[in-house]
Amino acid sequence: MSRTYLPLWITFALVLLMFGAGASQFDGFASLRVVTNLISDNAFLLVTALGMTLVILSGGIDLSVGSVIALSGVAAALLIGPYQWHPLVAFAVILPCAALFGAGMGALIQYYQLQPFIVTLAGMFLARGVATLLSEESVAIEHPFYDAVAEFGLELPDGGWLGATSLLTIALVLLMLVLTHYSRFGSYVYALGGNSQSAQLMGVPVARTTILLYASSSMLAAMAGIIFSFYTYSGYALSAVGVELDAIAAVVIGGTLLTGGSGFIIGTVLGVLLMGLIQTYINFDGSLSSWWSKIVIGGLLFFFIALQKLLSKQWQSKAGGKA
Amino acid sequence: MSEQSNNSSATPVLQLRQINKNFPGVKALQQAQLSLYAGEVHALLGENGAGKSTLVKVMTGVLQKDGGELLLDSTALNFDTPKDAQQAGISTVYQEVNLLPNLSVAHNLFLGSEPKRFGLIDKKAMANQARQLLSTFGLDINVTAPLSEFSVAVQQLVAIARGVAPKRGAACTKVLVLDEPTASLDADEVQTLFQVLRQLKQQGVAIVFITHFLDQVYQISDRITVMRNGCFVGEYQTAHLNKAELIAAMLGKELCQQRHQAPCVAVEHSEAILIARQLNSGQSVQQLDLDLPAGQAVGLAGLLGSGRTEICRLLFGLDQADGGTLSFAGKPIKLSNPAQAIALGIALCPEDRKTEGVIAPLSIRENISLALQAKQGWWRVISKKKQQQLADFYIEKLQIATPDADKPIGQLSGGNQQKVILARWLAVEPKLLLLDEPTRGIDIGAHAEILQLIRQLCQQGMSLLVTSSELEELTAFSSKVVVMRDRKKVAELSGEDLNPDRIMAAIAGASV
Repeated sequence: MSRTYLPLWITFALVLLMFGAGASQFDGFASLRVVTNLISDNAFLLVTALGMTLVILSGGIDLSVGSVIALSGVAAALLIGPYQWHPLVAFAVILPCAALFGAGMGALIQYYQLQPFIVTLAGMFLARGVATLLSEESVAIEHPFYDAVAEFGLELPDGGWLGATSLLTIALVLLMLVLTHYSRFGSYVYALGGNSQSAQLMGVPVARTTILLYASSSMLAAMAGIIFSFYTYSGYALSAVGVELDAIAAVVIGGTLLTGGSGFIIGTVLGVLLMGLIQTYINFDGSLSSWWSKIVIGGLLFFFIALQKLLSKQWQSKAGGKA
Repeated sequence: MSEQSNNSSATPVLQLRQINKNFPGVKALQQAQLSLYAGEVHALLGENGAGKSTLVKVMTGVLQKDGGELLLDSTALNFDTPKDAQQAGISTVYQEVNLLPNLSVAHNLFLGSEPKRFGLIDKKAMANQARQLLSTFGLDINVTAPLSEFSVAVQQLVAIARGVAPKRGAACTKVLVLDEPTASLDADEVQTLFQVLRQLKQQGVAIVFITHFLDQVYQISDRITVMRNGCFVGEYQTAHLNKAELIAAMLGKELCQQRHQAPCVAVEHSEAILIARQLNSGQSVQQLDLDLPAGQAVGLAGLLGSGRTEICRLLFGLDQADGGTLSFAGKPIKLSNPAQAIALGIALCPEDRKTEGVIAPLSIRENISLALQAKQGWWRVISKKKQQQLADFYIEKLQIATPDADKPIGQLSGGNQQKVILARWLAVEPKLLLLDEPTRGIDIGAHAEILQLIRQLCQQGMSLLVTSSELEELTAFSSKVVVMRDRKKVAELSGEDLNPDRIMAAIAGASV
């Protein structure tokens, strides 16, 4: 049992360590404001990583999420700006469209037995291309709804402030937590990641699960794009380049096995927080180049991948010894 | 038979009639049939490629039949997916445990029909139900631990428990299909399994039991259906069919008696080609003394995990010895990788041909020339013509059933795949051939041919070390049999002592 939870505990310890290091060195680091900023600054990454967790748990990968973020942002900006739609109406159109896009990729993966890597790579180019076609330039968003949302939030002591997007993100985390660990769909996702052939023979609706899975990932990415647009008040086709890789990194640092079948939503949350904390630490320091965050994250990834390998090797030798 | 007549009703619970199934170029099933009554254990027997698995797959919705009918409780049905069959009350436990190692035992039992509370999975209730279900099987394990933490035997029992567990929206289990359930179990575990089967029989479940172990058929089954080449051969009462008749039905010919031939010894009192002294390898082999005489076949017996396979790996350089000495053809050697072993003239046919031997998409020709090519070095390419000659030679010599040498090996039956792997190593012309379970999972006909081949090879002067779980088989060709128990050599039997009973006694040792 402890083997399953070990990566999770390590990430948790690292989050505490990082926070402790910041708090001991900088005044004002140990404040609610830093924590709430951490959430709002990383909200879009966290939401994307939630979908990525599902996909990776099933043994797949989704490279298209960064482009989907950009596309949904551009689409929202255009619909709200030039086309004068109400933002909520625009969102109500964009989210199902994104889900359809993901379902399409899932269907290709399922029915043509294609590699998720290739299919979502194609999806990545496609979505980025369409976004650039819609508008090469950044489209600004000006709408009373956006202003109202920006003002809405929960005032916390110690300078803390949970804005609407942070609250939405927290709600999504809770939703995904329940969906992944306490719903039948969630167990099917784990089943796919364990062994899709066995899953099929055990009566798991493999096709439906795969399609739903990629649909949710794309929809969460579109949601992240909308959250991102509240953050930047614009939609830009070249935004969120490489976010898919950040999301994958967060999932892996959170202790989810890249081969699928093992991991936790809460791990991904910790992974995102850890990455955010590193950035925050660098910001507080002021003299460090922000590229240090990439270097640290790279090192962490190496560490966690080695850890995974070690654990799964133990697992295999255990199972193999009896075969 | 009395049990069966007590429980059976006039109409079968499941009837398959005139089932046809075609694959491209192959008629896998022709007019196949099977009748199952409630509360019986029905053995479904036949050689590899007889169509047992195909018939089972049709019955369980994995494959769709091309013709014929399937009656469940006298109603004609069609299953499009495994789920349809499960819903109708037909459960299957496949040869390899087809469960999910990453999920908990409880979740494996109830995946797809988890108990729910407020629309969410109730993990506590699930664990309780799992404990309850497994206790009827005499299993008391931590049901919240991942399945991968348990032995194959436990996993097998969990798979069967899943087969009979109540499922959401499904009829209770009427038919339970067990495809080679005992292949990876030891004798005690087989008895536990049979205990469970008898219990299920009492509850009125019809059990289809597919196996290669004929002794087990006589131990547990009430009736037998025999298939051959995709056709129905006959349906028999187990009590009224003796083993010879059964084998004759399966083969379509009387199996020549292999058993009482003299051991194969080309040279009496030959020099030892390989001598091991006090050989140690971590936990897996301890203080092994072993002499392999040239031109003789030596048998290696023992239970799974006794160190048999480990010895083969050690002698082929796959594992490294950490103590003791080894000499080959009179010279002391040290093996640190298989390439050295191959260069010396040692070859290994591994136990698990699916994962360690066969390269399924490659042709027979390519599979055969692989080892020779590796031995020659990759820069000296074997011409296609030479490969073809080699392949044709061995296809002829080993009677590999294939239209030509270019057929992908993955499309051959188990026995023929095994022959190709043998051919691969024979092509290298080794001095010492290590065969790890060469006859596992292949049909009786091919079995006899492989035993014949082992004898021939000995006569040509090759030395062999053969591991096998089938004791009669070992006595059929070995000049002596080395018995392993708990990673140590416990006996070396030859001459008068060389018979299955003595080997069995040595394997059982003090534990009996």
